[in-house]
Amino acid sequence: MDTATKIKLLKNMQRVRTLEELCAELYTKEKIRGFLHLYIGEEAVATGVISQLLPNDNVLGTYREHGHALLKGVSAKKIFSEMFGKIDGCSKGRGGSMHLYSVTDRFFGGSGIVAAGIPQALGLAFAAKKLKESRRTVCFFGEGAMAEGAFHESMNMASLWNVPILFCCENNFYAMGTALSRSQSQIDLTSKARSYLIEAEKVDGMNVYEVFDKTKFALDYIEKEQRPFFLEFQTYRFRAHSMFDPELYREKEEVEKWKTRDPIELAKKEITKSFTDNENLLFIKEWEEIQHGIMLEMSEAINFAENAKVENFSDLSLEVL
Amino acid sequence: MKITYREALNLSLKDCLNLHPNSFLIGEDVGAYGGTYAVSKNLLKEFGSDKIIDAPLSEVGFTGLGIGAAMGGMKPIVEIMTINFALLAFDQIINTAAIVNFMSGGQIHLPLIIRMTSGGGRQLGAQHSNSFEGWLAHIPGLKILAPATVEDARYMLIYAMNETSPVIIIEHALLFNISEECPDVLQEFNPFHAQLKNVGKDLTLITYGGMLPRCMQACAEMKKKGFEIEVIDLRCLRPLDNKTIFSSVKKNHRVLIVDEGWRSGSLAAEISSRITENCFYDLDAPVYRLCRKEFPIPYPRHLEEAIIPRFEDIVIKLEEILK
Repeated sequence: MDTATKIKLLKNMQRVRTLEELCAELYTKEKIRGFLHLYIGEEAVATGVISQLLPNDNVLGTYREHGHALLKGVSAKKIFSEMFGKIDGCSKGRGGSMHLYSVTDRFFGGSGIVAAGIPQALGLAFAAKKLKESRRTVCFFGEGAMAEGAFHESMNMASLWNVPILFCCENNFYAMGTALSRSQSQIDLTSKARSYLIEAEKVDGMNVYEVFDKTKFALDYIEKEQRPFFLEFQTYRFRAHSMFDPELYREKEEVEKWKTRDPIELAKKEITKSFTDNENLLFIKEWEEIQHGIMLEMSEAINFAENAKVENFSDLSLEVL
Repeated sequence: MKITYREALNLSLKDCLNLHPNSFLIGEDVGAYGGTYAVSKNLLKEFGSDKIIDAPLSEVGFTGLGIGAAMGGMKPIVEIMTINFALLAFDQIINTAAIVNFMSGGQIHLPLIIRMTSGGGRQLGAQHSNSFEGWLAHIPGLKILAPATVEDARYMLIYAMNETSPVIIIEHALLFNISEECPDVLQEFNPFHAQLKNVGKDLTLITYGGMLPRCMQACAEMKKKGFEIEVIDLRCLRPLDNKTIFSSVKKNHRVLIVDEGWRSGSLAAEISSRITENCFYDLDAPVYRLCRKEFPIPYPRHLEEAIIPRFEDIVIKLEEILK
């Protein structure tokens, strides 16, 4: 992978991180309300996968999907406006944090029901195959979703009917507060996919470059073989499950240990590992500029959201019986 | 020409699959078996496994697949074997199908049909005899159709296929064998309007689905006794056709609602409440309901019959109200 691509991925991770940090700040200021699930710590997964997708490809996410939406092309303006409940939000402000939708970007949510998106993503992939459209479908879900029937039913049908879909399990080791080993009898998650005769691989979800490469292989496979593929990304959420979570279920030491594998720091190390001192200085400067640019993108978006209008209640009757 | 309700549904499916190149039928045993109630008999032979898809026993999965396929530009017809099993798919139906258009700010349209059989009366016991359509009629964002005649079985689906939001079609297990005249072409047809099946002046009898034939029989019986009962077939359980209901009630001043669902929190309760709110001063008697008695359905015939409203029960109730 060339340095430019490596820096692009690093930048995308930082965009997600900055967006999420600002969300946390805006939540404490009560600009964002309701549930807010932050992706901080897990950025390498969405970045490594979505950065190589095309606008035409379908993505379906979970309730921790701000970053996925951003990377798939939904503007920060639309995302912040959505979380502010404004009409300029990607779902007109009706959805909020968990329900970001943008059909023009082929981003289909944003679901608050664990695993409910998996059969829907299967349907999107099924339709693309039947309609002979050249688009790929990528479905994200957490390891918690793998205890749901919807997951197993979907895996079975995907394999049975040769549906080209990429299943991306973001294994952050906790289903809300229940540790993987306390909720699953079989913690080798790829074996569940293999039991449905689906090709599967484990990936270091803190290493964006490994995520990128393994995803590239999987995407090529689903296109060529017209079969599903399952990737398990082992990752970790640095923040609480949601803003209401006192984190009684895990030790601080565990969190700190994972933080030593911060995906952004790992990527920076990877980029600079063979740099000379001079190249290093240049990179530090470039990185500052990148961060500055991201801050500008986000603060413009927040300004936009602040000034956006809310939807009138009287307009609601137009769309639902 | 006379055809059966089952044949009408079969012809209707054929028309839809022919008319809409992106449509397909998916469900348990819809293909090789020909449908549990033989509704999709021979369709696999005619349309092939691309359009007639035998699904594994995965109600959540294949209903969700239907939703996703509709998002992706297809026109799926999902068959859930019976409404009892549809409970497994209620998450998909309610938490996505019904609300995704609204929740996405109007971006996502779901031209999705979900068909299912409802109702009791065949000694199938407590898990195969429920009438949950009233629950579905509670949900904004769903349209619920309940064909009670061969004509509606023949044409409702075809019209529903033109909708861009989900339509649930409730077919009744006891109607598959009824045989009625069915016109080849329809001049006017709106599946979302209620229909007067008999015009009368003494009482408005409101019903739908499997209870319609019993109500018609009761209406004929009451005629012999000198009463003219006006029978409304709701046809569409959501949105309810208030206009037809209210104008009949305002004319006749007495009402009986016959609903196969349990009484508490029923569709009948909703209709009764709407009548009370809108026609209170036109009523000469309370709004009465005849519903399924509140037991699980027992297996023995005589017990099941005692629970679901019978023709005789309807007649007795009508006589009571008109006394």
